[in-house]
Amino acid sequence: MSEAVVVVEELRKEFSRDRPVVSGLSFALNRGEALGLLGPNGAGKTTVVHLLLGLTTPTSGRIAIFGLPMPQKRIRVLQRVNFASAYALLPANLTVRENLMVFARLYEVARPKEKIARLLAELEIAHLVDQVAGRLSAGEATRVSLCKALLNNPELLLLDEPTAGLDPDIADKVRRLLRRLQSERGIAVLYTSHNMRDIEAVCDRVLFLRRGRLLAEGSPVEILRNFRCDDLETLFIQLSREGSGSLPVANEGGPEELSPRLPGTGGG
Amino acid sequence: MNLRRIWALVLRYNYVYRRSAIRLLEVFFWPAIDLLVWGFLTLYLEQPGRELPSGVAFLVGAVIFWDILYRSQQGITLSFLEDVWSRNLLNLFTAPVRVTEFVGATCVVGILKTLVVGLYLTALAFFLYRFNLLAVGPTLFPLFVNLLLTGWALGIATTALLLRWGQAAEGIAWAVPFAIQPFSAVFYPVSALPSWLQPVAWSIPATHVFEGMRLALRGGFAWNHLVYATLLNLVYLVLAGSLFALLFAAAREKGLLVKIGTQ
Repeated sequence: MSEAVVVVEELRKEFSRDRPVVSGLSFALNRGEALGLLGPNGAGKTTVVHLLLGLTTPTSGRIAIFGLPMPQKRIRVLQRVNFASAYALLPANLTVRENLMVFARLYEVARPKEKIARLLAELEIAHLVDQVAGRLSAGEATRVSLCKALLNNPELLLLDEPTAGLDPDIADKVRRLLRRLQSERGIAVLYTSHNMRDIEAVCDRVLFLRRGRLLAEGSPVEILRNFRCDDLETLFIQLSREGSGSLPVANEGGPEELSPRLPGTGGG
Repeated sequence: MNLRRIWALVLRYNYVYRRSAIRLLEVFFWPAIDLLVWGFLTLYLEQPGRELPSGVAFLVGAVIFWDILYRSQQGITLSFLEDVWSRNLLNLFTAPVRVTEFVGATCVVGILKTLVVGLYLTALAFFLYRFNLLAVGPTLFPLFVNLLLTGWALGIATTALLLRWGQAAEGIAWAVPFAIQPFSAVFYPVSALPSWLQPVAWSIPATHVFEGMRLALRGGFAWNHLVYATLLNLVYLVLAGSLFALLFAAAREKGLLVKIGTQ
């Protein structure tokens, strides 16, 4: 049985009364697994990431990371977690070295200079170390963010649309890099995107969200088979527009009945 | 020059003001503060038979002391805004950083800024006006510490308000200290204020510091002012800390922490 790093049960978040952004969401993420949160804009993907990070408090439901309740044990959990997002780049007025040094100290990294040099070399951006972050290209900035996200050797990495705004070539490089890092280090990864290539290339398992609810779950191949679709892009459009009810389903029951699989029940 | 395009831009700024009560408040706030401060100073100077302490010295001392308070508040508020402007809040609060550690760091920045500004202004006043701040005597240090604490309380409260209202409330980062200036007896004593305003003035710790400074410049010793300033500062620091905790929790509940971190 795989070890669950994240367990989410009946999670609900509403910012205004009776208008949930996330509703009845349950899932688990196992050690070494890459789980994709897929869905159209407003599906609740980013809110789920923020809830997991303790940036936002849930209206109801339970989140446990490494067996510790969130957000109550936020500090202990965040020491073993890291985060990167296309929407949270590092301060533009500091150099790459200065930025990474600040975060290395926040995460209490031992021998920060050596660690930063090693990571920059690993991500092939050692030459940018004295560059001001504001002058980096989008691809370079994404790699620097990933470098920051790996500083504390996280056991869980939360990535919020890390390839947003990147050209296809750089996005491909970032995906390969992520896959390599994830397989080499055995990090559990939660990856939000509405980019099908990202999900297919990086994720072992996918949760498809729409209006805050779980619509489908499985490996990309399983989902396509279950919904009798040829590619995730077509499925994405159909699920986004019509929900799962209108789609043909190959397995027993309907997609509405697909329940999230908790650890030990398979799924990737 | 196309008048329609100029009008379109005027309309754009008009929308900004209409959508933000705090921005609109600024339009009225600064002129009113200027009028209050200089109006009360004029009343004070026009009082018959009033004795000015050490000629112009009290004004130079007041400016230096005021700047110490202001920089202390700004050290906290601008450090927070720096992370808002660089969209770094999300990165910071996804790191294992306690809120108290974050506030503590901004307070340290406040101390450093205040020390640098205090030393710089003291030297400048000495060379330009032959005004020696050290003439305040042994109460200088506790008065300085009390100004620092007032600045912290204001800075923490301002940051809490910024958390709640986001960048739209940026103007208050500069406005909050000036909101207490007319009533803190910075450039004139409490007696220059109307009697109904004097209890308000005495409830502000900075008032006791400025009265203490004036007394010290005349060779007196301001024990009672020091005790009152310290006690009031402790009360206001607890209140500011509670406000911050309350609004930080509300910001997490409403998702504002994320919003202000990415907007």
